[in-house]
Amino acid sequence: MVEARGVEKRVPSPEGDLTILSAVELAIFAGETVAVIGASGSGKSTLLGLLAGLDLPTKGIVRLDGHDLTAIDEDGRAALRGQLVGFVFQSFQLLPSLTAIENVMLPLELAGNAQPKRRAEAILERVGLQHRRRHYPRQLSGGEQQRVAIARAFATQPKVLFADEPTGNLDQQTGGAIAELLFELNRERGTTLVLVTHDPCLADPCNRVVRLDNGRLTS
Amino acid sequence: MPKSFRSHLRITLGPYRLGLRLLRRELVAGELRVMAAALVIAVGALTAVGFSTDRVAQAMRLGAAELLAADLLLASSNPIDPQWTRQAHRHGLATAHTLSFRSMLAHGDRFQLAEVKAVSEGYPLRGRLEVAKTPFGAAHPTRAIPSPGTVWLEGRLLSALGLRVGQTVHLGAAQFTVTEVLALEPDRGGELFHIAPRVLMHIADVAPTQLVQPASRVTHRLLLAGEAAAIAGFRKQLATALQPGERLQGTDQASPQLRSALSRASQYLGLASITSVLIAGVAVALAARRYATRHADSVALLRSLGASSRWVAQVFALQVLVLGLLAGLAGCALGRAGEAILSNLFAGLVIGDLPPPSWKPIGIGLAAGMGTLLSFALPPLLKLRTISPVQVLNRNVGYFPAPMRASYAGAILLLAALGYQLGLEPRLASSVLAGAVATLILLAISARLLVKGLTGLRSRVGVAWRFGLANVARRPQESVLQIVALGIGMLVLLVLTFIRTDLLSSWQAQFPPEAPNFFLLDVQPHQVGAVQRHLAQYGLSPPALYPMVRGRLRQINGQPVAATHYSDPRARRLATRDFNLSWSEQLPAGNQVVQGQWWAASERPVPAFSVEQGLAETLAMRVGDKLIFDVAGQPIEGRVESLRSVAWDSFQANFFVMLPPGVLDSFPATYLTSLHLPASQRQVLGGLVQAFPGITVLDVDALLEKARSIVEQAIRAVQYVFLFTLVAGLGVLYAAVQATLDERKVEAAILRALGASRNRVMLGVLSEFVILGLLAGLVATLGATVLSKWLASAVFDLDLHLDPWLGILGILGGAASAGLAGLVGTRSVLAMPPNASLRAT
Repeated sequence: MVEARGVEKRVPSPEGDLTILSAVELAIFAGETVAVIGASGSGKSTLLGLLAGLDLPTKGIVRLDGHDLTAIDEDGRAALRGQLVGFVFQSFQLLPSLTAIENVMLPLELAGNAQPKRRAEAILERVGLQHRRRHYPRQLSGGEQQRVAIARAFATQPKVLFADEPTGNLDQQTGGAIAELLFELNRERGTTLVLVTHDPCLADPCNRVVRLDNGRLTS
Repeated sequence: MPKSFRSHLRITLGPYRLGLRLLRRELVAGELRVMAAALVIAVGALTAVGFSTDRVAQAMRLGAAELLAADLLLASSNPIDPQWTRQAHRHGLATAHTLSFRSMLAHGDRFQLAEVKAVSEGYPLRGRLEVAKTPFGAAHPTRAIPSPGTVWLEGRLLSALGLRVGQTVHLGAAQFTVTEVLALEPDRGGELFHIAPRVLMHIADVAPTQLVQPASRVTHRLLLAGEAAAIAGFRKQLATALQPGERLQGTDQASPQLRSALSRASQYLGLASITSVLIAGVAVALAARRYATRHADSVALLRSLGASSRWVAQVFALQVLVLGLLAGLAGCALGRAGEAILSNLFAGLVIGDLPPPSWKPIGIGLAAGMGTLLSFALPPLLKLRTISPVQVLNRNVGYFPAPMRASYAGAILLLAALGYQLGLEPRLASSVLAGAVATLILLAISARLLVKGLTGLRSRVGVAWRFGLANVARRPQESVLQIVALGIGMLVLLVLTFIRTDLLSSWQAQFPPEAPNFFLLDVQPHQVGAVQRHLAQYGLSPPALYPMVRGRLRQINGQPVAATHYSDPRARRLATRDFNLSWSEQLPAGNQVVQGQWWAASERPVPAFSVEQGLAETLAMRVGDKLIFDVAGQPIEGRVESLRSVAWDSFQANFFVMLPPGVLDSFPATYLTSLHLPASQRQVLGGLVQAFPGITVLDVDALLEKARSIVEQAIRAVQYVFLFTLVAGLGVLYAAVQATLDERKVEAAILRALGASRNRVMLGVLSEFVILGLLAGLVATLGATVLSKWLASAVFDLDLHLDPWLGILGILGGAASAGLAGLVGTRSVLAMPPNASLRAT
């Protein structure tokens, strides 16, 4: 489903190019749940961005559902993301001027879904936030915001879900509940899940754990 | 509907739905407040000026129409073909007829030559007659005309004939009762100095006088009035069918006194409203940059969710379009309300109802609002398309808003189009543009140097000021941008203030309260002393009297002067009329030699001419040309030695052609003077006319009052529009402050978390903005001085007296208002608990 071949990522810095990832080889199969762990600055988020087609590697190839992401332009990748990918971010990334339900409807509308509202209501109900659907992000707690973000991620029934430290901004109890919800939904829908974390509680339930160390995959 | 089509439609409509939703929410949340307010101000200023200049133009047309008593007139030495009257009615035009001729008026054994005007019902179609019960007594307007069997006489005619209202006079074979003293006829203006005193009668009474025979020298006039389009259409039709001896006269040439004041007023108003667009544009650009920066994260998210760059562009383009439309409409409403105030100011200018204001200013306002947004706001917003979606994971990737220069090309195009639309002189429009561009460059360079220079000061000032200076220096790009934005706003405000002060005082000086309101004509040389003594006994200072000899221009460089040699209607008229030739050793006050030289005092009397430049232009005369005037049957030959500009709006005695003293001494001359009489002393004239029956008194009080009221109204309009510009300037200040608000919130929170008191943080913010304001004020004052000097001399024809205090006030005002705007704009930063600010990031 997701494949990285010889991926390298360098970024310019005042002291010359900085290598963030090098020689990354990774294949993730459909329905698999994979946790990418590593210390801060090890390149976890960069790798996630590359696998999801948010960014391009300096070298190497990334394939998503058989499409070579390095061979298509940004708008092409955007279209592919709209069809195949869902995201959950550490900082929730809800649009502040849209209500909870409008945030969930957004990817559905982008994909031209026939009944975005009905779908959004259903999934909001599934994450237990039907009664908060008209609330703006600033009126929701951190945990509630992340549940909206999860609802949004699953709304389009993506083939792959990328999650970047989804519990990083939450307390332990709320984080646990969010992780549970994420895995539950993932099981229900058979989605491939790639998550970046340094929280063992989140990594443990995954089928596979890969470790990044100074930009290299070590396991 | 097929499913794929529906899905396509949803995808197509998606960005618009989201765009509208975001727009609605952000308008409510105040995110777009600065941008919308700046636009409303710009459009409001433009439409208010558009509406009012529309009205001024209409008022000018009506003023000119009053001088004709019609919108259009057909004059002929033969009776006017009745078919024209019928056709005019079919065009929906109002008509009236007049018939004028010269005749003797008799009362007992006294006779007096008079200019008779017989008028039909409806006369005058434009303007109003004014009548009084005694000569030179208090007059009041009337819509009536003399009824059959009665006549209205000009005051000097009653004085000359020893008549009173209610007595009878003979005109030809008929006898009439004098029922009113004719104080003012609107269509008298152009011929002030050339006609005998007026008798006004009903046209039905012409036949009983038996004065008009087939070969009599009479002028028939058909007066026409109506909708501008109908008049224009009928004029075309008439022009193609004119018979010999017939001529058409339209309202094209308004009174020169008013034209110069109004044209300067409209240039200034145009300049001021374009300026408010420019200033508002800067505010819009600043606000759009902030808006774009604040939305970078949202766009990155949309991109990560699969939105294409086109989709993102559509979202923001739609926002711009709808915001432009809404703000444009609100601005039009503001402008319309402003116009209501302006039209009140202009209410005294016109008689009767003005046609409803045209839609054109609304069109211009909406287009300008949209243009301002497209050129100033769209570049930074469209740059959002290029945001990398990876920013959702890593904010350090950063987003850099489009540079301000991306807006320049669109802004220049917009301002040029507006200048053209508002009828600004191309020279004025292009110089303002060039000035703006040069100032921008200058501002940017000086701002950069000043910001650099400030760093050295940091170690010598207190903590708060050090923080302020550090902030100015730490954000050199933003600081330069803020100084430029503030500076350009201040610069145009200062330019407008500098020019406005002098423009207003020059206008006010044109019509001082003691401006002459009466002319005395036909004073004989031996009466000069007696007239001066007569006036002195009423406590009036003896006026200067100018000699005047009538002469007709016969040849220019050996070529006879004939109407047929010219195509210009004014030239044709001038070629066949007598000129009043005068002489003087000194150049009269209000005159200026524009070419050639004024004669030296010591020269012996040699015929030479000084010609008014407008006349010279019309009749194609140049310095050095040989002219021959026919004065009382004798040729006077000489060269044109100088061309003069004449202040026709001064209401002083002015002459088209002047000679050195001594040349015309042997010809019978009459003397002319102008004097100011307050309303309470008008009866002096009655006594004067009785003591010196041959003297003609011309009353220009009404004309002067009209000119004065127009200028006063123009002054009020200028001050009113200036307010709009001022508000737009404040908008820039506010936008400039808002531009860095988010960053400031964090800084203030950190400072307070570290233990800085609220006052200390406030002082830091204050010092930063005061420094920015000082720098901007300094650069702006220098730029404004140069630009105003140039504009005043090249465009407004003013001798600008720059008040150094205004400059100092500019610098200090810049610092104070920037400081104040900084405090007001950042009050939310100071009010917010530090924890909330830190958590919000």
